[in-house]
Amino acid sequence: MTRTETGPTQAAAPGTTVAASPRGEPPAWARLAHRLVEANVAVVTVLAFFTALVIGAILITATTPAVLHAWGQAGSAPGHAFYVTGTTIGDAYGAIFTGSIISPSALGHAISTGKGWTGVFNPISETLVRAAPLILAGLGVALGFSTGVFNIGAQGQLIAGAIAALYVGFAVHLPIGIHLPLVVLGGAAGGALAGFIPGILKARTGAHEVIVTIMLNYVFLDLLTYLLTSQPFQQPGQSNAISRTMPATARLPHLFGSTLRANLGFVIALAAALAVSWFARRSTLGFSFRVIGANQSAGRTAGMDVRRVTMLVLTISGALAGLAGTVSLSGTDFFLSAGYGGNIGFDAITVALLGRNRPLGVVLGALLFAALDVGGANMQVATGIPIDLSSVIQATIVFCIATPMLVRELYRLRDVGGGSIQLFMKGWSS
Amino acid sequence: MRLELAGITKRFGSLVANDGVDLVVEPGEIRCLLGENGAGKTTLMNVLFGLLRHDAGEIRVDGEAVEFADPGDAVRRGIGMVHQHFMLVPVFTVAENVVLGFEPTRRVGFLDRRRARADVARLSAEFGLEVEPDALVESLPVGIQQRVEILKALQRDAQLLILDEPTAVLTPQEIQALFGIMRSLAASGRSILFITHKLKEVMAVADRITVMRLGRVVGTARPGETSEADLAAMMVGRSVELVVRKAKAQPGREVLALAGLTVVDERGVTVVDHVDLTVRAGEIVALAGVQGNGQTELAEAITGLRAVASGSVRVDGLELTNATPRQVIRAGVAHVPEDRQGDGLVSRMTIAENLILDVYDQRPYARLGSLDLAEVRRQGEAKLVDFDIRAASAAVAVGTLSGGNQQKVVVARELSRPVKLLVACQPTRGLDVGSIEYVHRRIVEERDAGAAVLIVSSELDEVLALGDRIAVMFRGRLTGVVTPRAGRERIGLLMAGVEEPDLPPPAEGEGDAEAVTALDLT
Repeated sequence: MTRTETGPTQAAAPGTTVAASPRGEPPAWARLAHRLVEANVAVVTVLAFFTALVIGAILITATTPAVLHAWGQAGSAPGHAFYVTGTTIGDAYGAIFTGSIISPSALGHAISTGKGWTGVFNPISETLVRAAPLILAGLGVALGFSTGVFNIGAQGQLIAGAIAALYVGFAVHLPIGIHLPLVVLGGAAGGALAGFIPGILKARTGAHEVIVTIMLNYVFLDLLTYLLTSQPFQQPGQSNAISRTMPATARLPHLFGSTLRANLGFVIALAAALAVSWFARRSTLGFSFRVIGANQSAGRTAGMDVRRVTMLVLTISGALAGLAGTVSLSGTDFFLSAGYGGNIGFDAITVALLGRNRPLGVVLGALLFAALDVGGANMQVATGIPIDLSSVIQATIVFCIATPMLVRELYRLRDVGGGSIQLFMKGWSS
Repeated sequence: MRLELAGITKRFGSLVANDGVDLVVEPGEIRCLLGENGAGKTTLMNVLFGLLRHDAGEIRVDGEAVEFADPGDAVRRGIGMVHQHFMLVPVFTVAENVVLGFEPTRRVGFLDRRRARADVARLSAEFGLEVEPDALVESLPVGIQQRVEILKALQRDAQLLILDEPTAVLTPQEIQALFGIMRSLAASGRSILFITHKLKEVMAVADRITVMRLGRVVGTARPGETSEADLAAMMVGRSVELVVRKAKAQPGREVLALAGLTVVDERGVTVVDHVDLTVRAGEIVALAGVQGNGQTELAEAITGLRAVASGSVRVDGLELTNATPRQVIRAGVAHVPEDRQGDGLVSRMTIAENLILDVYDQRPYARLGSLDLAEVRRQGEAKLVDFDIRAASAAVAVGTLSGGNQQKVVVARELSRPVKLLVACQPTRGLDVGSIEYVHRRIVEERDAGAAVLIVSSELDEVLALGDRIAVMFRGRLTGVVTPRAGRERIGLLMAGVEEPDLPPPAEGEGDAEAVTALDLT
């Protein structure tokens, strides 16, 4: 049954559970408490993170020999078993934190001695370095998702962008003020071209972008492998599959001095997030993207060109992924090798999901992912617990975010509707 | 079966869909449940059929209180339901569909086809439901598909049959046949709950009538002791006389010209078959027909949403055959699509945004590729007032509005451009009386301002009330173009495919100065 009239008389919903103040408006604390038991975006995200930490702790307990040994003797020394468990979990999560954000002991040392500041800021710098390509590729994927286009090809587009950026890097010789922008534009163009291919195929032939973009990942991966052993890309005098290196004029400048790797790439990523945010909210093209993402037939009926929009979305999405490859290459790596880009293009999909396809969400999600990556490496070095634990935590977070119903049930939250996540899930089946 | 519903209450959040509903259906009785869309009829039936749990009240079958956890429980207690949208497998035969879910099997689980066929034949003969057991369901007309649904219920030994808006998709002749079947079922001692919002049908077939409004039972009546006007007043809660007041049409130049228009759908079926039709400036042509006879596809071909196989579409002399929707819009065609939520609106977006779906990239809303959000908001608020859209502000998501207000948003958007031709499909489907009145008035105003108007409607009363000329479609072809004076009976025949030569458009000076056609509350 539908409401026949939405008049002002029906605006007040009777039966809400919040205590109301005399003016009819519930007090601020009650509204806050009310919000906290809703399955809204923020609450679900925080609980997803919490759940992931709990599951990670269980894994640590179950797989660390020292902990298992202590529990084997729990009959004689139960307190000891709890102590060992607690310190092991604490050490592991502590190492993730100190390895990715800041180390209190290093900070104390630097303050007292005036030396070792690099060590203090290195963790956060590494997190920013890692986050930059994730943000860029994540923005591209998110833009696609929110338009109803499923670009699973960020990995391939990233490689295409990196190849193009590298070519512009070594093939021309210009002052840095001109060369660097050209490299960045070239990288974006390379990714855009790689995104345009599935775009035009979908627009012209109806080929499903998920299939095409997945397959193109392999094409670009193999193209890279081929180029690495052929001229002009291969490093002269090398028999290994290693590319030429980026000249100094094609490298992104460091942000905080030469000892910290944080570079302009992170600024480019933030600028891209702002640009995407503006694009989606304020531009006419972004308006048509949103309409077609929310209801394609309404867009078509209102005269929008769905095929053109699909093509543009994939192209822009590819350009952002291409930028991701460019900032990795020009910011930290400076040369290409086989399998370049690792998993960034696929992590970008989870980051987009985590960020609920919103630019700010993508930035925060990418920072969280980057921190877990960087901190996980530190944990492995410091405690011997494998870095895979970080992947488990990442995966659990995404799992909980993707199934808000699970979190709702787990914590007995009130349902307020799934929002963008359900839209995301819906898109896969259409 | 004697069915008793006592104090059934069902809430959806703050909305009370059923509020203490009492209803008793005696064995062998045809009981009509009458009410406007949104009165709570379907909710009540879903509670009864185990699809929804009620919050309070009791269901009793032959005096015994029952709880239905799911439709399976309801079926086991002898309740059958024929849904508005059929639940049939198109590629199965009639017999297979009838036994689906309760298949008679031989040993080792082999389907006993012969018994399935025999069941169908026996039930068909018993109740006069003529169906070919071996026919594929997809090859059958909707009227026959409905019989298959009824057979399904009978095969499960239903003693109470719920028919949810069963006549919406039928021709007048098929409706008569359905009523015959209902009477023979009642004569066999079965009870029938017939849900509808059409007064004429209620008067024709009911033993008793229960009228619902806003989730409550507002009255019970017998057909012999009440009138359509009384029932209508009960349904809407006030005494309304719904009329479309319009002056005689002043047809001018030819605006829409269809010549030999032919449309072939995705399955290769010719859904619009050599249609020639003209609509002049200042007249309303209503396209009548039972749903699914090509009217929708015809409208889509005009608006550029569907490819034209042959023939031509011209609007005001401009060739628009196979033009893009955008070109059609730019040529001055306004389009109120049939599926308001599917094609007309983006429910997650705001009213203001929905109002600019077609002009978002033009001044004053856009400058150099950037939206002027303040202007969008300002225009949105202005149109809330102009088009009587009841909403707190233009920043409200369209999906939260009632059907009537959603349709007003569509109408507001489409009529905010200069309009040469208005194509409105099922413009008042599912709307409340007030919104129907409003939409009809706007359409007539548009005509009087010199636009050509093409209305596609499967509501005969709407067609008769609005149309200056009425074109009737059957299986993709125009079976006739008549004036409203041709009458219900003759238009019904045309809708059933009985052809006749075209009538000329009304000549100048003929007819009343002001034609007032009463619109029944259907």
